[in-house]
Amino acid sequence: MSSSASVNYLNEFKGIKSWLFTLDHKRIGVMYLFGVMISFLLGGVFAVVIRLELLNPGMDFITADTYNQMFTLHGAVMIFLFIIPAIPAALGNFVLPLMIGAKDVAFPRLNLASWYIYVIGAVFALYSIVAGAVDTGWTFYAPYSTTTSTSVISMTLGAFTLGFSSIFTGVNFIATVHKLRTPGMTWFKMPLMVWALYATAVIQILATPVLGITLVLLILERAFGIGIFDAAMGGDPVLFQHFFWFYSHPAVYIMVLPGMGIISELIATFSQKKIFGYKLIAYSSMAIALISFLVWGHHMFTSGQSELASVVFSFLTFFVGIPSGVKMFNWMATMYKGRIKLDSPMLWAMSFMFLFAIGGFTGIMLGAISIDIHMHDTYFVVAHFHYTMMGGTVIAFFGGLHYWWPKIWGRMYNETLAKISVFLVFIGFNMTFFTQFFLGSQGMPRRYYNYLDKFQPLHAFSSYGSWVLAAGFVLMAYYLIHSLYKGEKAPNNPWGALSLEWQTQSPPVHHNFEGEVVLDHDPYDYDTRMVIDDKLIKK
Amino acid sequence: MTENVHSHHHILPLSLYFTIAGILFVLTGITVGVSYYDFGSFNIVVALTIAVIKGSLVALYFMHLRYDNKLYGAILVLSLVFLSIFIGLTMIDTLYRGEIQPIEGSVINENAIIYEQNK
Amino acid sequence: MEHAEHPSYLQHHFADSQQQEETAKLGMWIFLLTEVLLFGGLFAFYAIYRAWHPEMFVEAHKVLDIPMGALNTFVLITSSLTMALSIRAMQVNNKKQTIWLLVATLLLAATFLVIKYFEYSHKFHLGQLPGKYYTYEGITAANPHIFFSIYFTMTGLHGLHVVIGMAVITWVLIRTIKNNFSSEYYTPIEMTGLYWHLVDLIWIFLFPLLYLIG
Repeated sequence: MSSSASVNYLNEFKGIKSWLFTLDHKRIGVMYLFGVMISFLLGGVFAVVIRLELLNPGMDFITADTYNQMFTLHGAVMIFLFIIPAIPAALGNFVLPLMIGAKDVAFPRLNLASWYIYVIGAVFALYSIVAGAVDTGWTFYAPYSTTTSTSVISMTLGAFTLGFSSIFTGVNFIATVHKLRTPGMTWFKMPLMVWALYATAVIQILATPVLGITLVLLILERAFGIGIFDAAMGGDPVLFQHFFWFYSHPAVYIMVLPGMGIISELIATFSQKKIFGYKLIAYSSMAIALISFLVWGHHMFTSGQSELASVVFSFLTFFVGIPSGVKMFNWMATMYKGRIKLDSPMLWAMSFMFLFAIGGFTGIMLGAISIDIHMHDTYFVVAHFHYTMMGGTVIAFFGGLHYWWPKIWGRMYNETLAKISVFLVFIGFNMTFFTQFFLGSQGMPRRYYNYLDKFQPLHAFSSYGSWVLAAGFVLMAYYLIHSLYKGEKAPNNPWGALSLEWQTQSPPVHHNFEGEVVLDHDPYDYDTRMVIDDKLIKK
Repeated sequence: MTENVHSHHHILPLSLYFTIAGILFVLTGITVGVSYYDFGSFNIVVALTIAVIKGSLVALYFMHLRYDNKLYGAILVLSLVFLSIFIGLTMIDTLYRGEIQPIEGSVINENAIIYEQNK
Repeated sequence: MEHAEHPSYLQHHFADSQQQEETAKLGMWIFLLTEVLLFGGLFAFYAIYRAWHPEMFVEAHKVLDIPMGALNTFVLITSSLTMALSIRAMQVNNKKQTIWLLVATLLLAATFLVIKYFEYSHKFHLGQLPGKYYTYEGITAANPHIFFSIYFTMTGLHGLHVVIGMAVITWVLIRTIKNNFSSEYYTPIEMTGLYWHLVDLIWIFLFPLLYLIG
């Protein structure tokens, strides 16, 4: 092992060209990782600026117009450039073929193309920031988006382009899961992360094309006045919301489903126990993917859609709670009487369960029309979706990043700093966003630049929280970057996990596995298998 | 190995392709022909029925769905199912607006095209 | 199986050429699904506005030229036939026939676009244009410009697909001439065929919806 361990996917080929033209899913995953981390930094800076401005009512240091652009860019960058590609395209790209014992994804060239398209989309988005940033909010609602003078077209072109990148990843993952599983890995022997990525890919291919055509129509409306979203011309702006949310509601599950996949891996590994209800977790991922297409109208209760539609959508919305609840209970049942190890990835996973539970419950509250009519477009909604998106997806992403970090780089990070970081993020997050539930329920509308004096203390507290949150991430950036240069060498299987990616060396070789992949156990067979010093042994 | 590849490719007789194309031509003629008769609201039913038959022939024979892995057909059906969900749920809104609560609104732009044409 | 012959077209991460071909086909069908939903957005528009303004649609569709549309339907179905036959020719290793059939497909696609061009220029001339550019006065029902917004976006997107299809067919034609394919391996032609049939399939629905019933 020691002789071959020195050659791996990171050092086998050298030079910038070997990266830019690589077809290796691991390298493409790493390039995506750089892209999404830069976007996260950018979106994070916008967030801190927004919170800083909201410290006091009235103008603190940016104008109202700049503020509108800031929250739009925060949303658009975080959604399209960070959260959507973060888990599938960055982490998923890296681990999916490894987890199913494949040498690569089904279409490596398409995979590379997807990264380049991502970069082009990011360039469009950045251009729109330079050329008079959009101020429509990330949702681009008509009729404002068709009439405002800001650079809506370049931002929507950016989102349109990023959609293709997302579709390519989806096509690739579905074909990979169907056709490239190692012999012996049946559907129900796949790790749950693979199930989650598969369900995500199904949403990506079904929903994203509709976003594509919607944005094309928006651009046509803006450029040529085709009238379909323009009430003055017999069109209907509410249709834009239908078209937009037919993509964007399922898209929130593109964001959170792979996060749930990561949590399934983390909970089982760090409880060293067979996962409870494997099949139910797998089915619940597919159920979430399906139901996510039936509920988009709950974003539109106050839009003027028909009452019948509101009632139907509200009713269907409650169904999403079931598969999410199934997962939550199964994770808890897995932890029950497990041999729980509190390494930093597990701390992220437990934070996820706590925060996502709050995000999910408030989502059910908002799904009820009578409550939503009052809470619509208030900070309550802002707090709710940050609990699901950030408390859910982002936390899960960082859990996964810490979990697979040794596999990706072959280096360990400083565990003490990692624990401090997760602690700071957890505290800071709750300070920032739990406060906003109070603000929202007292009537503080979202996206407002100015507010009543009575909201000032809560706003200030929320802003202080954002600093704690930022401190947690800065610390994380420090010890992760530090580990790249000075980190201790990682063993092949630092966490004692049973899935296939841990049976190759850290970092893996170019073709992932040396020789044939041997699969003689299920991914969660902790009852009969254990790992001691990188060796998988039968109990 | 090579045997395996051969048996996998299903070669259809030439006559089948020509027959299918012939039926497609005839159906096109029929759908154009009946369009000159007015069946009222059944116009769309007739036109779409013929289109569905034509589309199925293209998918089953030209696209080989009849002889290929059933998964591919399932994917096509899946796309149509989700398209119907999209159209269906959106129309639950657009067809039933103002049925329970009357719409209270006023004209946004007096000079809009929509009002000019209604004068 | 372990040491199967390794043909030049077989990529390293597949075990054998059958796995590679099936994977490509699966990927292509998933791509076609995304195409259906891309067009689906426009079909949704059609359905919603037709339900709102049925009289306007009936009146407006009468200005479309049925003979031209029907002729284009024949052209496109024939091109689908030549495409399917070109794949069959490659299955029986008749390279020459494949080339001629692909050329025929290209010519038919070009014919489709030429006919479409005549239709478009006629409408431009009469001011039967989308949205705010609509100046035609022959339709009395309200909001006829919406019909032409839908007509031009649907046929425009379809026309764009025809153009892309022609580019792809040209690419496989060149590769066929370069002897890249045989009865053993012709996956790119087969994938191009699937795409081209979908373009035909979408037109099979566009034609009656726009030209015949409006």
